[in-house]
Amino acid sequence: MTRHVNPIKRSYLLLEDWFNLSFGADWNPLYHLGTLAFFFFWVVLVSGIYLFIFFDTSIAGAYASVEYMTHDQWYAAGVMRSLHRYASDAAMVTILLHMFREFSLDRYRGVRWFSWFTGVPTLWFVITLGITGYWLVWDELGLFVAVYSAQLMDTLPVVSGSMARDFLAGQLTDRLFTLMGFLHLLGQPVILIIALWIHVKRLSHVNISAPRGLAIGSFLALLVLSLLKPATSHGPADLDKVPTVLNIDWFYLNVYPLLDRWTADQVWLVTTGVTLLLMIMPWLPPKKTGPAAEVHLNQCNGCGQCAQDCPFDAITVQARTDGARWASEVVVNPDQCAACGICMASCHASNPFRQPQKPLETAIDMPQFPIDEIRRLTGKALAELKGDTKIIVFGCDNAVDVADFKAPDVAVLSLFCAGMLPPTLVEYALAHGADGVLVTGCRSGDCYYRYGNIWLDQRFAGRRKPILRQRAQRERIEVFRAAVTDTARLRRGLAQFREKITAVKRQAAHTDPSTGREAGDA
Amino acid sequence: MPELLRYSLQALNYAVFMLLVWYFSVAPPYTHLSPDQAVITVAFAHAGERREACRELSAEELARLPPNMRAPMDCPRERSPVSVDLLVDGERVIDEVHTAPGLYNDLGVDIYRSAKVSAGEHRLVVHMNDNARVEGPTHVHEETVVLEPAQHLVINFNSDTREFFIK
Repeated sequence: MTRHVNPIKRSYLLLEDWFNLSFGADWNPLYHLGTLAFFFFWVVLVSGIYLFIFFDTSIAGAYASVEYMTHDQWYAAGVMRSLHRYASDAAMVTILLHMFREFSLDRYRGVRWFSWFTGVPTLWFVITLGITGYWLVWDELGLFVAVYSAQLMDTLPVVSGSMARDFLAGQLTDRLFTLMGFLHLLGQPVILIIALWIHVKRLSHVNISAPRGLAIGSFLALLVLSLLKPATSHGPADLDKVPTVLNIDWFYLNVYPLLDRWTADQVWLVTTGVTLLLMIMPWLPPKKTGPAAEVHLNQCNGCGQCAQDCPFDAITVQARTDGARWASEVVVNPDQCAACGICMASCHASNPFRQPQKPLETAIDMPQFPIDEIRRLTGKALAELKGDTKIIVFGCDNAVDVADFKAPDVAVLSLFCAGMLPPTLVEYALAHGADGVLVTGCRSGDCYYRYGNIWLDQRFAGRRKPILRQRAQRERIEVFRAAVTDTARLRRGLAQFREKITAVKRQAAHTDPSTGREAGDA
Repeated sequence: MPELLRYSLQALNYAVFMLLVWYFSVAPPYTHLSPDQAVITVAFAHAGERREACRELSAEELARLPPNMRAPMDCPRERSPVSVDLLVDGERVIDEVHTAPGLYNDLGVDIYRSAKVSAGEHRLVVHMNDNARVEGPTHVHEETVVLEPAQHLVINFNSDTREFFIK
């Protein structure tokens, strides 16, 4: 039966389809939202350092120095200013899309709670960094931001005195401006980097580099925008005047208009409430995750491949505790285990050709779906196949539902993740009656468990242990990526694979097994 | 898909993305203050009077105290709340009551409250009560002002001279 897909997820996958069409899976920006945000942050950082060279951190000089950069040195500092602003805004777009993606694809609960939970306050660090940036320009918008920020701060019980009164004519000093400069240029970026480090702390193989092509394309787009629509300032801040109409940056300053309608206390209540609600979302309701992987030390030689492959850093290698001759062993942290089964396929002992007459035991296994059960179900399904082209489809619980494809000549077996498939199981299926093996799972670059389909590709290509051995007939093996909404695509892919297997079998029938030549060759 | 078409579609996507980035970085414009309006802000720091008056201790009371604490006057620390209201042409636009902060409610209050009014001539009346032992305002200031559009007029209070003044 086709899996139910909620409209949000369906819409998001459609958007992914659109970007896959033009960018391909490798450059699809929706698969690289986090790394894109990092890329924009680097652009902001480098452009910000350049702007700091010319920036005057005084009340009297700040606006004039920004104007100098914008108009007199438009070709360098002006472009840098525009890159600084637009990269900040682009970062906000990618961060919001990143959040939406994790939410719509249900990747914010379970073991992922930590990244979501720490990501929400990190978003606020980004926003406050943008706010102080607008403040420093010290134009009418900067004054508006400064006065309203001060009013927000004044309502906090930890702030003594009134910051807002500092912005009355005759009260403001350069010291406050120097403080803001320090905050924006050093304090806040350092806090943000620490927050980002914490944000990815519970993940392994963290990638913060956007694909080169995507980075180049994004930078060129920013550059074109910076030349066509250079960032400019409002009029200079005048403490005797109140700004009237403002072209505010809605990505960063959207809270401020609320202060014209609500009190500062109400604004704090709403923003704090929304923040807390977002932070506790991983438990509304909590995700049900299966039992964690179990280590069987009597089978483990401590090679550590499973620890290298775990996408959530749940497995560590430690000194041997059972007195066996191996130096190390692995241990699973159940709190961080997503129960994806990738580790089981990483293990060399998860080989279905082993222990044919007794229950197959491996070194790291999933108690709810052990390798022995997978071998048994595979053998049973293969034994029931009828027809000329017997195909077994190994699927993934988070992608298209392979149960839809069950037929007299097609057996199906859904795993937790495509990365849970030991390469030797493919060989096992081919050796036990399958004419072809089709493996399907999440779309390329978009594994629900982060690295399942990447590890699968690398194992099949012989670039990651355990490899799919050379003896496995590659022409009888197909990997077809299909998201949960791609049933029709997979149906077409399966039909093509069936034709291919028929052709392979026909060719094999015409080939002389002793010479390897086709029958009738001279 | 042909390379040219693929790159063209990429360019289209980048263009849409940058259009979104540019538009919301400056638009839609936000009207913080109508061009025919001005702002009046009441802003000052001031410590209210003691909530209870100082009292002279009797000889008997002084005798009960350790010798080093025999101050002749007992002055409770708690300060009165400060209430302030502003009437513009008879209409109350600001009405604030601030309790003295601090663990013992013994610190001065900081007041900062703004109101938008139309530009032009206005009669301002500001009342303040900083003494809980007095009914009604303890300080009153009246003045007629002419406000320019977008002008920021500040009503301050000098705690030394105990007078309001307008900047």
